[in-house]
Amino acid sequence: MTFFLQLVVTGLAQGMIYALIAIGFVIILKCSEVFNIAQGHFVLIGGYLGYTFLVPFGLPVWAALGMAIVTAIIMGLLIERLILRPLLGEPALAVIMATIALSTILGGLATLLWGAEYKAYHGLLPTITLKVGEISIPSESLIGLIVSIICVAILMLFFRYTKIGLAMRATAEDLQVVQGLGIRATTVYAVSWIIACVVGVIGGILLGGVSGANMELADIGLKAFAVVLLGGVNSIGGAIVAGIILGSLENVAAGYLDPLLPGGGLAQVFPFFVMIIVLIFRPYGLFGLAGIKRI
Amino acid sequence: MGLRTGTFQENYAQDMAIFHTRLHWGMLFALLILLFTCPLFFSDRILTILTMMGIAVISVHGLNILTGYCGQISIGHGGFMAVGGYTSAVLCAKLGLPFWAALPSGALAAGIVGLLFGLPSLKIKGFYLIMATIAAHFIIIWTIIQLRSITGGADGLSVPRPEIGSIVLSSKTNYFYLVMILTCLATLLAKNIVRTRAGRAFIAIRDNELAAEVMGISLWSYKLQAFFIGCVYAGVAGSLLIHYISFASTDQFPFMDSVWYLGMLIVGGMGSTTGAIFGAVALKLLDELVTIAGPILSAAVAPQAAASLALISQGLIIIIFLIFEPRGLHHRWEIIKTYFSLWPFSHQE
Repeated sequence: MTFFLQLVVTGLAQGMIYALIAIGFVIILKCSEVFNIAQGHFVLIGGYLGYTFLVPFGLPVWAALGMAIVTAIIMGLLIERLILRPLLGEPALAVIMATIALSTILGGLATLLWGAEYKAYHGLLPTITLKVGEISIPSESLIGLIVSIICVAILMLFFRYTKIGLAMRATAEDLQVVQGLGIRATTVYAVSWIIACVVGVIGGILLGGVSGANMELADIGLKAFAVVLLGGVNSIGGAIVAGIILGSLENVAAGYLDPLLPGGGLAQVFPFFVMIIVLIFRPYGLFGLAGIKRI
Repeated sequence: MGLRTGTFQENYAQDMAIFHTRLHWGMLFALLILLFTCPLFFSDRILTILTMMGIAVISVHGLNILTGYCGQISIGHGGFMAVGGYTSAVLCAKLGLPFWAALPSGALAAGIVGLLFGLPSLKIKGFYLIMATIAAHFIIIWTIIQLRSITGGADGLSVPRPEIGSIVLSSKTNYFYLVMILTCLATLLAKNIVRTRAGRAFIAIRDNELAAEVMGISLWSYKLQAFFIGCVYAGVAGSLLIHYISFASTDQFPFMDSVWYLGMLIVGGMGSTTGAIFGAVALKLLDELVTIAGPILSAAVAPQAAASLALISQGLIIIIFLIFEPRGLHHRWEIIKTYFSLWPFSHQE
């Protein structure tokens, strides 16, 4: 029982980070109807940025986080302006392919700048140790959980109370009305990419703090897709719930089934099984809206 | 696009012909002769490149039918190649079946697995299908690693050199001929599949799924047909790849290759058999360029520059084509042909 609860709690914290990354994806999708395959590579860049600012630059944690966020904002702006803006109004496949190509480029940049090596910065993030009965909550996971919750809360407030946040929600609802009201859709798109980059980078730093930065961080993006599909592609709340479900399920499945399988590595493919099952039985996810098709 | 002035089509057979004039036939034979005499004047290294191009062309033809014609985007093509490759490798290495029997079995196995993963396409499309096919790739590779007793798992499986009759295809030249013959056949078949009733149904489904269904096209049947045909092509390509290297390992089917085949399709031009060939050849050439330029760049800039150059150049090429030439090299080629059909009195629209 303790083993089970331990797995669930560890998975829960990890799932919250997945949810944070998935939210970046959902925001872009809602505002500009672009499926951003490169979300995982924002995480990758985030992990390495965390390393760069914490270890070679030796900045304190808050400054490193600030610098990483500034870099993420610049990255988001550049990506939107250079790649997505020229493709406005192109068919969905072209845009998806462009984000896939973007993911390749980001992977290449990470290889060029950091040599695709494993960079650890374990223990540099602040730690909190918490023990409930027999179950100890790993400190990095706890930090991840707290930061994720703060980020999600900030995003919720942003969407509720700021003008640009409201404009983004309106754009998600109806582009034509928004343009009629004199809101610049391109600004909304730019902001949505910036937010996606920022949450991706924060997620990357958190995950990097747990397990170090390496090229495999990009695969977390694929897990985030499973989260998105499970939660329903246009639901931020759904992403949070699905992230937590998937994180704990993945850990429990890997904990119990991996010793039984010769090759192991179930945690890596588990999200894909979830993905296929969700797609077959409930393509619009737990909280998504079913589309109505008209000719 | 237009034929040369003065060429008329007077009946249905002429209208449907792939090659209209004697010049077309002449150019085809010239190309074939050039292709099949390659081993006479090229080194083994260039033959290897051409063989790899041939395998890529076969694979991209399959993806073209599935994605370019039927509109079902698949980023799991490498996974389906792995199914074909491993099936024929296991049949050859463990059961001792001859190569000519193992190749079609591999293709068939890939087709059946394709059908399985094509099932979600009946309910979902676009991004959802992309995710399902990405999932397909990873699940297939994981399953292959799990079936250690059959496939050798992560250690891989060595495969005997293919034999046809008493000829052992051990030299690069032999294998080059095999791949080129199959590539030509695959091209001919692909060109003809898209002209049949099924091919027209694929196009209707791609252009408007609901309208196609209303017109009486069975989405269920034709989407699965497209998956089957596309994956059979992938199976043949995967099988040829494994037998060429004589060793089956999951490293030969990385996820990036699945993405890269879609890239070839985009660069070449979707929904065109010629485009599939252009795309595969162009991007394989780019690969070679990167292989040559990589070490030079590594020495000049940083040791990891070679690996990153490959990734960045691939990504950039795809983005540049998407933004500036979304209809691909095939479209460019048609423009050039039209220009010369009226040369020197061209007046372009």
